[in-house]
Amino acid sequence: MKPVKIIEGTAVPLDRSDVDTDQIIPSDWLKRVERTGFEKGLFSEWRDDKNFILNDEAYAGARILIAGPNFGTGSSREHAVWAIQQAGFDAVISPRFGPIFKNNATKNGLVPIEIDSQLGKQLISEVGKNPDLHFVIDIAQRSVEIPQLGLSIEFELEDSVQERFLKGLDDIGITLNNAEAITNFETNRGQWLPSQNLI
Amino acid sequence: MGRTLSQKIWDHHVVRSGDNLPDLLYIDLHLIHEVTSPQAFDGLRMNGRKVRRPDLTVATEDHNVPTENIDQPIEDEVSFKQIQTLRNNADEFGITNYPMGDPNQGIVHVIGPELGLTQPGMTVVCGDSHTSTHGAFGALAFGIGTSEVEHVLATQTLPQPEQETMSITINGQLPFGSSAKDVVLAVLAEVGTGGGIGAIAEFRGSVVESLSMEGRMTLCNMAIEFGAKAGLIAPDQITYDYLKGRKHSPKGDQWEEAIRFWDELKTDADAVFDREITLNGDMITPQVTWGTNPGQVIPVSGRVPKPDDFEDPAEQEAAQRALDYMGLTAGTKMSDVAVDTVFIGSCTNSRIEDLRSAAEVIKGKKVAEGVRTLVVPGSRKVKEIAEQEGLHEIFLESGFDWREPGCSMCLAMNPDKLTVGERSASTSNRNFEGRQGRGGRTHLVSPRVAAASAIAGYFATPEEL
Ligand code: SF4
Repeated sequence: MKPVKIIEGTAVPLDRSDVDTDQIIPSDWLKRVERTGFEKGLFSEWRDDKNFILNDEAYAGARILIAGPNFGTGSSREHAVWAIQQAGFDAVISPRFGPIFKNNATKNGLVPIEIDSQLGKQLISEVGKNPDLHFVIDIAQRSVEIPQLGLSIEFELEDSVQERFLKGLDDIGITLNNAEAITNFETNRGQWLPSQNLI
Repeated sequence: MGRTLSQKIWDHHVVRSGDNLPDLLYIDLHLIHEVTSPQAFDGLRMNGRKVRRPDLTVATEDHNVPTENIDQPIEDEVSFKQIQTLRNNADEFGITNYPMGDPNQGIVHVIGPELGLTQPGMTVVCGDSHTSTHGAFGALAFGIGTSEVEHVLATQTLPQPEQETMSITINGQLPFGSSAKDVVLAVLAEVGTGGGIGAIAEFRGSVVESLSMEGRMTLCNMAIEFGAKAGLIAPDQITYDYLKGRKHSPKGDQWEEAIRFWDELKTDADAVFDREITLNGDMITPQVTWGTNPGQVIPVSGRVPKPDDFEDPAEQEAAQRALDYMGLTAGTKMSDVAVDTVFIGSCTNSRIEDLRSAAEVIKGKKVAEGVRTLVVPGSRKVKEIAEQEGLHEIFLESGFDWREPGCSMCLAMNPDKLTVGERSASTSNRNFEGRQGRGGRTHLVSPRVAAASAIAGYFATPEEL
């Protein structure tokens, strides 16, 4: 994963709650064995509606997606994160995320930003009025600045996740530093535990 | 202070902790399927890594597979390629795979328990959100994404941030005709789709204790629908009776040793949960979803709600959008809503007990005219047992299709799909927009209600037929 420090740009308001992963990337797209090319699948069923916000030219080039509560509930498909990133987004703001989606996002460098739900509504309405609002997300500070609104919002990010973002660390590499501890653990596992070698 | 069931399993699997890093947990069983694994194996190859414990990894083909003519090549090329990729990866990395047509093949969350691979006190993961199903055995089981699949393949561990604990107690006794599916839908009605976020939920109480393993799996299966990391139930005699003699269950002295360990797992009397909710099981009647998320639930005897019935403006909006999508008018009685399709299947309700309960309802009756009906057993074993018991004949005589095992219309990745505007009574777990096919309208119900609705042509309970 590449390091993520500062994300600067505009945002697009997706004023819906409970946007589940089946909407983010419909299941037909999950048959692919590649890791790229998912941008066309992003919200593909909603995109047929020409009034859908992501079809609005005014929001073209936005790097931040702002959605209602319970964004990314449902399936574990990481394809949802890939699709959002490949469509050009680097961060998603929502009052609450589906937990697997949130975790998948952090593994890929997509920043999930949880904010208070009143504030979420305010942002959706402000960005709805002004597509050019400029956002600055600072991972080191755990903050979102919107100078035109005079807003500075702090958000939570676990220390270890923050460090991975800032340094662009590979999770597997970190874990493999514990190879010895893993081997020790393995020698003490219950003898009865299932294994394909025991059939 | 005492510990809960999930805390005990957690503590037992910590490989390393501290240093401001999340605990590194050892994974006892890693289940794999064709959809969420190809990019993970690619990652391994790119970094020159191996699968650390192929012996603790088991693959099956379920999401994509057709449920008819499985002796023919898969027609959909993209699906075929994905299946073929899984087979190649399993070969290359030395992993056991149960391919389409194999006696052990089936939906990943059906075959794990069936083979005795899922046991109390274990950690189980799979690149699939309904991995919570395995919690029915008192295992800590949760869904992971593809990056984590790669992580587990390479290290047999996962770093995991601490979770809160939640207890969901269902007291009393279920009325006749209500099932585990109705219980979990009632829980969803109570806590909503976000009520379990950040927590591991333990189901407790007299209703839970009296459920069979099949029922417990249905309950835990849908823990993810209210956002819980995992759902689990303390193992007891019912668990042990289910496990005894299965292919991978402990044998001989090891069975005794395992039982001694399993007996220690239950939540201590003085343990405290971070969140607690309690439901009265006496009041849980058959349930149905009316909207587009699994928290939008009413009794089958109820009426479609009005957006104004909800306090929260976000919920009001969601309700309005759901009504529009579902083509429903507020105030309509569910028993006046006609069904086009009935689907009995999915990792929620495709086990032998589910098929038995549906067959009992339809025996000697005919499916209402114009209703498309399919039964998709969760695994080849379930199919075999059902056929030995003659259930398939009951289904076929009533007019149901009797299919080959797989996920099928639960997520419509294979040819079994709803068309635009088509309305289904489905025993699966998600009623999201387009989940069962683009523009399709899904209502989640128990197998009994699905079966009765097929006969009535409208949403119905067996008692109303
Ligand atoms: S049956 Fe449905 S929910 Fe279960 S694993 Fe298959 S697709 Fe997922």
